[in-house]
Amino acid sequence: MLRLPPFTYYAPARIEDAVKILADYGPDAMVVAGGTDLYPNMKRRQFEPKIIVGLRQIRELHRINGDAKTGVTIGACVTLAEVSQHPAILASYRGLARAAGLVANPQIRHMGTLGGNLCVDTRCNYYDQTLFWRQALGYCLKKDGAICPVAPGSQRCWAVTSTDTAPVIIALRATLRLVSPRGERLVAASDFYRDDGIHYLNKEADEILTEILLPPIDGLKTTYWKLRRRGSFDFPVLGVAVALAQEGERCRDVRIVTGGVNSRPMEMTEAERILIGERITPDLIERVAQAVYRPVKALDNTDFVPLYRKKMAPVFVKRALRELLGWPIQETPDGHTSAAG
Amino acid sequence: MADKTPFSIVGKPLPKVDAWAKCAGETIYADDLNLPRMLYGKLLRSPHPHAIIKRMDTRRARALPGVHAVITGEDLPIKFGILPVSQDEEALAREKVRYIGDPVAAVAAVDEETAEEALKLIDVEYEPLPAITSIDEALAQSENRIHEYNKVGNIQKAVALEFGDVEEGFAEADYIREDIFFYQGSTHLPMEQHAAVAAYGPDGKLTLWSSTQTPHYVHRALAKVLEMPPSHIRVIATPVGGGFGGKSDPFSHEIVAAKLSMLTGRPVKITLTREEVFYAHRGRHPVLMWVKTGVKRDGAITAMHFKTFLDGGAYGSYGVASTYYTGALQTVTYKIPRYKFEGMRVFTNKPPCGPKRGHGTPQPRYALEVHLDKIAEDLGLDPVDMRRRHLVDENSLTVNWLRITTCSLKACIDKVIEASGFRQKFRRLPFGKGVGFACSSYLSGAGLPIYWNHMPHSGVQIKIDRGGGVAVFCGSIDIGQGSDSILAYVVAEILGIRPEDIRVVTADTDLTPVDLGSYSSRVTVMTGNAAMEAAEKLKDLLLTVAGEKLEVPKNRLVAVDRRIFDAEDPERSISFVEAVQLAEARFGTLGSVGSYKPPESPGKYKGSGVGPSPSYSYTACVAQVDVDPETGLVTVEKIWIAHDIGRSINPLLVEGQVEGSVYMGLGEALMEEQVFRKGLHKIPSMLEYKSPTTLEMCDVETFIIEKPDPHGPFGAKEVGQGPLLPVPPAVANAVYDAVGVRIDEVPITPEKVLKALEAKARGEDGRYGPSRIPDVAFPAPTTVDVPPEWQPAIVAEGTS
Ligand SMILES: Cc1cc2nc3c(=O)[nH]c(=O)nc-3n(C[C@H](O)[C@H](O)[C@H](O)COP(=O)(O)OP(=O)(O)OC[C@H]3O[C@@H](n4cnc5c(N)ncnc54)[C@H](O)[C@@H]3O)c2cc1C
Ligand code: SF4
Repeated sequence: MLRLPPFTYYAPARIEDAVKILADYGPDAMVVAGGTDLYPNMKRRQFEPKIIVGLRQIRELHRINGDAKTGVTIGACVTLAEVSQHPAILASYRGLARAAGLVANPQIRHMGTLGGNLCVDTRCNYYDQTLFWRQALGYCLKKDGAICPVAPGSQRCWAVTSTDTAPVIIALRATLRLVSPRGERLVAASDFYRDDGIHYLNKEADEILTEILLPPIDGLKTTYWKLRRRGSFDFPVLGVAVALAQEGERCRDVRIVTGGVNSRPMEMTEAERILIGERITPDLIERVAQAVYRPVKALDNTDFVPLYRKKMAPVFVKRALRELLGWPIQETPDGHTSAAG
Repeated sequence: MADKTPFSIVGKPLPKVDAWAKCAGETIYADDLNLPRMLYGKLLRSPHPHAIIKRMDTRRARALPGVHAVITGEDLPIKFGILPVSQDEEALAREKVRYIGDPVAAVAAVDEETAEEALKLIDVEYEPLPAITSIDEALAQSENRIHEYNKVGNIQKAVALEFGDVEEGFAEADYIREDIFFYQGSTHLPMEQHAAVAAYGPDGKLTLWSSTQTPHYVHRALAKVLEMPPSHIRVIATPVGGGFGGKSDPFSHEIVAAKLSMLTGRPVKITLTREEVFYAHRGRHPVLMWVKTGVKRDGAITAMHFKTFLDGGAYGSYGVASTYYTGALQTVTYKIPRYKFEGMRVFTNKPPCGPKRGHGTPQPRYALEVHLDKIAEDLGLDPVDMRRRHLVDENSLTVNWLRITTCSLKACIDKVIEASGFRQKFRRLPFGKGVGFACSSYLSGAGLPIYWNHMPHSGVQIKIDRGGGVAVFCGSIDIGQGSDSILAYVVAEILGIRPEDIRVVTADTDLTPVDLGSYSSRVTVMTGNAAMEAAEKLKDLLLTVAGEKLEVPKNRLVAVDRRIFDAEDPERSISFVEAVQLAEARFGTLGSVGSYKPPESPGKYKGSGVGPSPSYSYTACVAQVDVDPETGLVTVEKIWIAHDIGRSINPLLVEGQVEGSVYMGLGEALMEEQVFRKGLHKIPSMLEYKSPTTLEMCDVETFIIEKPDPHGPFGAKEVGQGPLLPVPPAVANAVYDAVGVRIDEVPITPEKVLKALEAKARGEDGRYGPSRIPDVAFPAPTTVDVPPEWQPAIVAEGTS
């Protein structure tokens, strides 16, 4: 079997201690929460940290506080299973519960955390491979190499954002709390991500994500739709989060955020502008959906052919909006048509 | 329900004999073996698809503390391979590598980490050669040869057979149709990776434990490559955690583990990683196919011409047999009076292909059944009736000289058509919903062994202990299909005891008589017959002494429930144990042997070795699908499947095999692809190689159709592979019924469905699939006279 490289494991009980270990070891150290992303990556030698700082012993990172009126604060180490089943989240932030519940499979949702999910590495099927495979390829920009075989002319990495929860977190206008040896800062979820497959987070290596702060729900309804080959455990190769607030027949507010395409979750501002303030009709929904086609970037580095993923973006946006509007819809949110209809 | 059969074990849904250990997690697989002083072996694999090995230096690796041995191809220069005609593999490549993953050197070290480190210290200098990665490239680059031993370019084998004059048959047709199909390659994906442990003793004898479907062939290959007498080698096949054909070749890691153990004098274990299993492969061949069929107005076939092109990968493996199989079984389902087959396998710089469940037949079956569906539609015929009217006759010969014994396909068809409500649904469901139908047949064991010999294909020994315990010895290996259990059921039935009274000892070349292995759906029929013969001999001894003791004629005695009694006066009886002791006193130590060899095939032409079987199983299948026309996603909602098993020895195991086959067929129909970029496997992992999980699995309604076959033990035929075959075409036909597009290329992915729908919307042909086959000449066909029954008429009387 593939074996982990050797490392030293620390399990601090307090955030301050974790921060201190990170400060002491600098770039040799990495944090781990559920380990469902980091450990497989280490077996493939995508990361070889000498020091691992486990966050699971830190109690305060496991809490969920608040309600829909005041806003809900979720600790970074709350598991995806908990997020998907928590009554307050299920009742008012349904899209987040659904996105968390569609990650991987039950085993991984019981280990994997919301914080880890928001930080999950970008993916590319030239990169998520063993050392042997990458050596046979000749390596790539993201790890040990000089070119990007997906887009050989380009100077950047196009690895794909693959977190299911980030699009919903952005659509909810959530804020993230980060703690480091230099203190604490808050960052808007949408500013947390960068359009770069290598440096995909606006986060320093020694910053720990401690909390996800969801604002009051304020009449928003949310949903999340996910495209993948198998509903049982695949990563998203297209995710669509939509948050919608209606005022009578009009749209008061809407946020449409994609994942599983591009290197970062993308807010579809042009599509949103078409809808905001307007009376919602099927024709308008169709126009909104078409407006997401252009900004979606899909390359040949995930499952499904890229053009197919791009074509599915409007379909998924349309279906997500129709779902929130309570209009008839046959398909289930992971893209597969339900037998019940 | 009253029990209609006279059996007490056969036909009952009993648990498998190995069920307890498996459920408790106590089955010892090869990788679970840990011997004292054991070392760990690892293989260094080529990162190039095609290259010359210029230089290899292992000194740095040897110097690493913890490393006990490093070997290269020079240590194992003798070539091997599963088929005598293609002994083209080296345990470690010597001059040249032929695919990414081809092993070139190996290390034995104190642990896996050290072995892994040592691999990095082996310096290999390669001179890359242009890589050939497709059938077209293989044919175009005939100067850039992957092997030298084959006659022409990169064509490993080209075969052409003509049974009767096909042109005469086409001339008789009212309608002729041609189609082209492609069936993508896929891999077996067993849960258990390949693993082997070798231990070379101070007595100069070698033991190899391996997760293999063919211990006998591994035994032969080890003897050849290691130049040791077979009597000094013992191969023990450990319980196999899934094989599906992927563990049927002798493999590099088995030979290397043996060699490393011989060099170090310590046991050596090699377990492949999941990625390595994708390279070791031997899975389903990608096959490009062309078929032309002439039919009468009622759908009666007058002639068929079938061409196949197999992308073989880098070595021979079973490829020559696979090539013949892509042409052999078309004739076994419907009457085909004139038939021509041309098949070609090419070498490419990719992992070698071989046998996967259905070996070489799911590809042509998919083509044939979709092709017939199109013909039915062209002629305005019902696709079910058209097929049902022209089924082969029982006790007949096909035009290519295969002997059909029993065929209950009509009953299978009626069952699934009725249960699925096909007639109410076909062409009547709303847009997006559809049903599709297909049939198939498969062999119950290959009629010929892999290497030419006159010996039995399967042998069984039985020994009875004074205490009444019975031990059954057989070379067969249980790969999950339940072959150990079948031995216990058959012997228990005949001796009138319970399966739990029997110890089954299998797959150990020192202890058990030869069985050729778990491939070609041969095991129940062949070991079952051998076990019956051995058990009947012992039963005769027991009845002799029981008859004397009870003063009842032997032929009035029955053995059941651990007793032997007078059928006319059941009060008169003795226990099994008492009979055993009387028999031992009378005849001496109790033991017997039985063996089985398939009946000789009537076909005598060159190439007639592939296809014959003691009997053929039959399957009919209806698939119901939902196709989302906006996304192209195909969801199979339900499969109805009926299988002609002859006799089900254990209906639980039969249903398990049917459902497993459906599952595997669905994976190939919808998503599985063993695909490469420039010779590098695109997705060698369980996450990215898309195969359905239990959650993607649809409802399956299975019908077991029983009509005993004279050649099977208690009338049994095969079930391990056949039920896979009709699934992909039934799904393809259902997709057409749902949204009106033909997907002539497996897997039927949403991209392809959407492309075909878009083409249709533009007014073009609503089809996705290949449009041409290579322009390459086949050799002149071997012309074979048709059997007498096909001689005068092309369309038999009374078929319409
Ligand atoms: C088979 C399989 C299928 C998967 N399918 C999906 C899927 O469908 N959708 C999906 O979104 N993901 C999927 N994943 C990825 C992963 O399991 C999840 O994203 C999971 O939520 C990651 O959380 P974790 O706690 O295990 O992260 P970890 O592995 O612990 O960490 C992931 C990364 O985040 C960093 N990190 C973790 N916590 C913090 C923190 N608090 N502060 C700063 N940095 C942190 C780590 O250093 C690491 O770089 C899958 C993984 C596997 C193996
Ligand atoms: S997009 Fe290019 S650089 Fe980035 S991971 Fe993939 S191959 Fe490497």
